[in-house]
Amino acid sequence: MAEQLEVVENERKQYIVVKIGNEQYGIDISYVDNIVRMQKITRVPKAQAYFKGIINLRGEIVPVMSIRTKMDLEDDVFTNASRIIILKIEQQGSLGIIVDEVKEVVTLGTAEIEKVASQIKDGKESFINGIGKNGEELISLLDIHSILEENA
Amino acid sequence: MDVSQYLEIFIDETAEHIQSLSDCIMVLEKEPENKDTINEIFRAAHSLKGMAGTMGFKRMQHLTHDMENVFQEVRSDKVKVTSDMIDLLFQCLDAIEAYLDNIKSTSDEGTEDNEALINGLNTYLAQAEGKEVPVEAPKPAAEEPKTDGGKTKKYLEISFTDADKNALKEAEDAGNKLLGITVFIQKECLLKAARAFLVFKAAEEFGQIVLYSPSSQDIEDEKFEYEFSFFLATEAELEPVLKAIKSVSEIEDAIGEQLKYEQIVAIADKEEADEAAKESKPQTAVTPAAKAAPEKKETKQAPAKGGKPVNKPVTNRTVRVDIEKLDALMNQVSELIIAKNSLVSISTTEGGNFQNQSFHEQIEYLERITTNLHESVMKVRMVPIESVVNKFPRMIRDLSRKLNKKMELYMSGEDTELDRTVVDQIGDPLQHLLRNSADHGLENAELRAERGKPEVGSINLNAFQEGNNVIIEVSDDGNGIDTEKVKSKAIERGLVTPEQAEKLSQKEIIDFLFMPSFSMAKQITDISGRGVGLDVVKSNIEALGGDVEVRSKLGVGTKFIVRLPLTLAIIQALMVEIRDEKYAIALGSIQNIEDIPVKEIRYVEAKEVINLRGMVIPLIRLDKMLDIEPMEEEPESLTVVVVKKGDKFAGLVVDNLMGQQEIVIKSLGKYINNNKLISGATILGDGEVALILDVNTLM
Repeated sequence: MAEQLEVVENERKQYIVVKIGNEQYGIDISYVDNIVRMQKITRVPKAQAYFKGIINLRGEIVPVMSIRTKMDLEDDVFTNASRIIILKIEQQGSLGIIVDEVKEVVTLGTAEIEKVASQIKDGKESFINGIGKNGEELISLLDIHSILEENA
Repeated sequence: MDVSQYLEIFIDETAEHIQSLSDCIMVLEKEPENKDTINEIFRAAHSLKGMAGTMGFKRMQHLTHDMENVFQEVRSDKVKVTSDMIDLLFQCLDAIEAYLDNIKSTSDEGTEDNEALINGLNTYLAQAEGKEVPVEAPKPAAEEPKTDGGKTKKYLEISFTDADKNALKEAEDAGNKLLGITVFIQKECLLKAARAFLVFKAAEEFGQIVLYSPSSQDIEDEKFEYEFSFFLATEAELEPVLKAIKSVSEIEDAIGEQLKYEQIVAIADKEEADEAAKESKPQTAVTPAAKAAPEKKETKQAPAKGGKPVNKPVTNRTVRVDIEKLDALMNQVSELIIAKNSLVSISTTEGGNFQNQSFHEQIEYLERITTNLHESVMKVRMVPIESVVNKFPRMIRDLSRKLNKKMELYMSGEDTELDRTVVDQIGDPLQHLLRNSADHGLENAELRAERGKPEVGSINLNAFQEGNNVIIEVSDDGNGIDTEKVKSKAIERGLVTPEQAEKLSQKEIIDFLFMPSFSMAKQITDISGRGVGLDVVKSNIEALGGDVEVRSKLGVGTKFIVRLPLTLAIIQALMVEIRDEKYAIALGSIQNIEDIPVKEIRYVEAKEVINLRGMVIPLIRLDKMLDIEPMEEEPESLTVVVVKKGDKFAGLVVDNLMGQQEIVIKSLGKYINNNKLISGATILGDGEVALILDVNTLM
């Protein structure tokens, strides 16, 4: 991702801004297939801890991941605002991630994005590859591929 | 001419011919004198050549032509069949297959000339020619009428109109020869009109076709049986014309002769007058069609040999369908079943409105139809495993020579049917198992003699259906698995400590063989021993929803039992409930369901077992296995679903039974890895998702 952003100088991309905990995150809209309301998630025993389970999305089975668990945050609290964002990743099928709230769609140009080093020091993995500035607000841009990678 | 439209037929037919050649050459090796086989080989090689020629694959044609020549020599007893020759022929087959693969992927045969092979073949030809007259020497014509079953010279039976006679006369007056030719098309031919067209095309290279019988319009509309005749006005000789015609594929034979106009008219007139005359006439005529005679012999013998009824229906009642279309159909059936399931669940849950008698009847009717529909679609997708296993005899033969061990492969149940997608993928695993048996299983000749076993080792491949599964067993009468050796290897590799190893059961030890890069071969050969064997076999078969079991007795032999599901997409399942979670268990693996009072549970080696009518069955607490909250209070009796895998049983403890249901299996996708306990998920009638338990890994 980092290289990609370098190559496409000045390209403007759309991001969906979501809230996870106290932070705002941006998800590249080209990966987003759908946003659905919270629904019953069927637990899958013995699966990785960050997989909440699977849902039925119009006849398709879609695994749902808790990005909070993945990022070592406290457990999800499902509210009326909770949503599952369905990501479509080429050749790997769909994947849902749970977010606390979907806020808006913003368009950011390369100029408004500050790249960050891929590794954050205290041992935790980083799942962002840039920070976008939308007016006064800061948006951490999620690196979809690092989210998909197996860890722990 | 554009032949691309025939390419698919060509590919299919070539594959068939290659297979039949391979089978026959195997037979030939054992019975070098078997004339039927030689004839059949000759015919297959000949058709291959013809087809390749028509499609313009020159290199392939060249190679098959030389093969055909060698067979010709074999057939006329000028060359003896040797095992070197068989080797060479097999290499040729491989080369043809390589051409075919090229054609499949690029519509072009590639540029490999295979000169080494062609030279090899020519050596055999040279041997023959050193002794005797050249190959193309015509057979004595006298032989022909004897074998001439239904192949009369139909061109002599054409009745002429005056206009026809004039046309013939004119053609002869213009200084052309008149050639009467009758062409016989193979009975299996699908596109008779197209073949006829190719024949005319070939003939018209030489001259002009003056007269068709039946009429050209009828031929175009396929209004003819298996032969047609025509008169060609040409300056060329008869021989090259016939040869060109015969090079068209699926042409069984062509016969002909040069006739004078007077002869033709005279015969035709006589014909009308005297029906009986036509019986004798053909025999008087001399046709130097060199290859005609023996070929006719074969066609007469072939049906008898294959055991086919002689009066086979003429019309072809099969359709070739793209597998993708079947997949799409299967998906739609799946959708339909999900929709049906939700109707059923609405009708049973929502009160009042749906308590109508006829509504329920219709729902039941719908259930029956969807079940039948599913079964039909499944049957359509079923193909015999023959297409996969029939290349194995050849492989074992090659291995036998390479390893210098005598061995024989016995197969049974080749007609066992499996879903097409499963069949496509079992080839490699089975091949691995067979290689394994040949290489590791069978002992060398000395050891076999010492043990009093027959000199020739036997490898068996048996396939049969058992309930909703197909079982394929690969066994050998070889050395068996030396569990002590496996154990020491496992200790050596640090997989277990010596103390642990002592406690392992035979099965647990054999399971080491299925671990990645665990090879028992002392040296790496190109046959096996790189440690990428059994673990791949296991994972391939598990990916298909099956499993592998091994039984082995040291010194006596080894048997691998591969169990595969009949179908991948839709199964009948028992839905069970554990706390508030729903799971499906494939009905095929369920033996029975029992209510067991808690006080009847016994302990063996600190594991819970039940004694069921004399059988001791281990209990599996699904809630513990699946990390479900334990129950606060243990009930007085347990609902136990007894499942079986092969001849092993286990009792699964569940809370509730929800009943039987037809479920559509959906994959969990690549992201979730769950130790294979769950083989998939399914969508229930109310849209809820239930997981499917994989009984095989539970046990």
